[in-house]
Amino acid sequence: MLGVALRLALREMRRNIMRSVLTMLGIIIGVAAVIVLVTLGSGATRQVTQQIANLGSNLLMVSVGKRMGPGQSSTAPAFKLADAEALAREAPALAAVAPQASSASTAIFANENWGTTVTGSTEQYFTVNNRQLAEGRIFTGSEARSGAAVCVIGETVRVKLFAGQSPLGAKMRLRKLSCEIVGLLKPKGQSTMGSDQDDIVIVPLRTFQRRIAGNDDVSLIQVSAKDDISTDAVKQELQRLLRIRRHLSADEDDNFNVMDMKEIATMLSGTTQMMTGLLGAVAAVSLLVGGIGIMNIMLVSVTERTREIGIRLAIGALENEILLQFLVEAVVLSSSGGLIGIALALVSSSILAAVLQVPLVFNLPVIAIAFVFSATVGIVFGYVPARKAARMDPIEALRHE
Amino acid sequence: MIATSAHENPQPLLELQQVTKVYGSGEAAMPAMRGVSFRIEPGEFVAVMGPSGSGKSTCMNILGCMDQPTAGRYCFQNVDVGLLSRNQRTLLRRHYLGFIFQGFNLLNRTSALENVELPLIYRGIDSDVRRAAAYQALDTVGLKGWEHHTPGELSGGQQQRVAIARAIVTQPLLLLADEPTGNLDSKRSEEIMELLTTFNRDRGITIVMVTHEADMAAYAKRTVHFRDGLIESDQTQPGDSLC
Repeated sequence: MLGVALRLALREMRRNIMRSVLTMLGIIIGVAAVIVLVTLGSGATRQVTQQIANLGSNLLMVSVGKRMGPGQSSTAPAFKLADAEALAREAPALAAVAPQASSASTAIFANENWGTTVTGSTEQYFTVNNRQLAEGRIFTGSEARSGAAVCVIGETVRVKLFAGQSPLGAKMRLRKLSCEIVGLLKPKGQSTMGSDQDDIVIVPLRTFQRRIAGNDDVSLIQVSAKDDISTDAVKQELQRLLRIRRHLSADEDDNFNVMDMKEIATMLSGTTQMMTGLLGAVAAVSLLVGGIGIMNIMLVSVTERTREIGIRLAIGALENEILLQFLVEAVVLSSSGGLIGIALALVSSSILAAVLQVPLVFNLPVIAIAFVFSATVGIVFGYVPARKAARMDPIEALRHE
Repeated sequence: MIATSAHENPQPLLELQQVTKVYGSGEAAMPAMRGVSFRIEPGEFVAVMGPSGSGKSTCMNILGCMDQPTAGRYCFQNVDVGLLSRNQRTLLRRHYLGFIFQGFNLLNRTSALENVELPLIYRGIDSDVRRAAAYQALDTVGLKGWEHHTPGELSGGQQQRVAIARAIVTQPLLLLADEPTGNLDSKRSEEIMELLTTFNRDRGITIVMVTHEADMAAYAKRTVHFRDGLIESDQTQPGDSLC
């Protein structure tokens, strides 16, 4: 019976090919939209994760204040250089420790000036952040310790202040500090968060504290773990050491925060996943609208075919058999729409992924769900017209012109 | 009125007992049958005549198990149809009844063969058996070679033959024909009546046929006249014997 119903449904679809396609359009667009959005969303998520992985999965950030939730933190006393030195000394699992303090500042050279971010750190900054030099050198350990007036600049700063010239050896002003440019960083482009990673000036931490900030605070300690040591273990070790150094009693919460890159990745991909979910929901609404379109056409079709239904009932078709016939027809319509939608989505998301330079990540479960959902739409919205057909009075139906 | 039949067969094919049918209710109540009783034995060929509104169509609907009496009993093979559910009545139609309509009522854009196969599909017959039976039935009504034509490509007479093939392909006990020649010229009408007579005579299929034309009623052995929801007369042709 199901086979016969299926054949009938396909024939009916072929007879009204234009109408069938228009009916399916809602489902086609709905399914395609869901899949394209989810595919591009997954691609974006993967991109973020990859970029973070490029930073180095063994990187940890220790910041001041306890994280209370997204964007919130409590205030707490800043770190000092001694804290970073203690970590380097007492945690053997660490490969490098880069204490940092930074502030926004205007960099001035000749008659050019440019607002940028000045970061004070040690020479380990370059190791931890995986920054290479295009020209010159980084400041030496002795320069760092003595607080020499030297700096390394990023490509953006060079372009703004020096145009085509080499900046090496030039004296640039940062607030009251006049410092000699000893190195130029290789450009790194935009970060995952969208900030320009080349719009920076790095000076020795001591120099920053004395000549720019005017205090001895350290706001952030970047740490990289040795390769064969798990970041979780390092994280625990850092927490233990810092609790001791900050004299926290057992019942006090941490007033600092150790984040590894995995957590940052989770945080960021959480955001993109939420966006994907929202867009997917919008697309699901369009599937629903498509379902209503199917119901509409099926109701028209049932009315048009009243006489046929009458003949079938008179000849001996049970209510359920008529119901099945029209239900199968609705499901064939909606699931064909689903299949076309999937094909359309595969093509258009490949094109869009290429245009947007997002990796193409086909999410098979989502494609399967979209298909099942489209078939379900057929059952749900086909039921009312099918029941209308099944409940017809054969005498009335046969009289219908 | 008296239920007349040639033999008092202990098991009639069907029997109406004081059947009334009223459409609507209250002020608007419109009685279509006002206490009709008769019985039909297996193998009879009955013509039902009467002016429009006399209740003959209502009677056919009840005989065809498509409608239920308001009062009275309709027994088909000693089964009280009034007690059956809608689906049970459908099954009764599927297994024992065949229908022929004035307007042919074939499925459009569907080949003659598939039209004839239709009742067999609902009986759950396998497709090769079904196909063979449909070819055979179309051959019997003289449409060999026209199997793959759609109703639109066939003349009225041919369409009615397809409808007859569809009705007899299931070997029904009772064939209900509602003005089968109403849309046909006299020559085609005669051909159709010849066919029906053959099926009645050779296969013993009981036929109840509504007609307006006395010429057509003459093919039947028994003629029942309806008037104002009652049976006016019920005559069996002299010289004809049942069974």
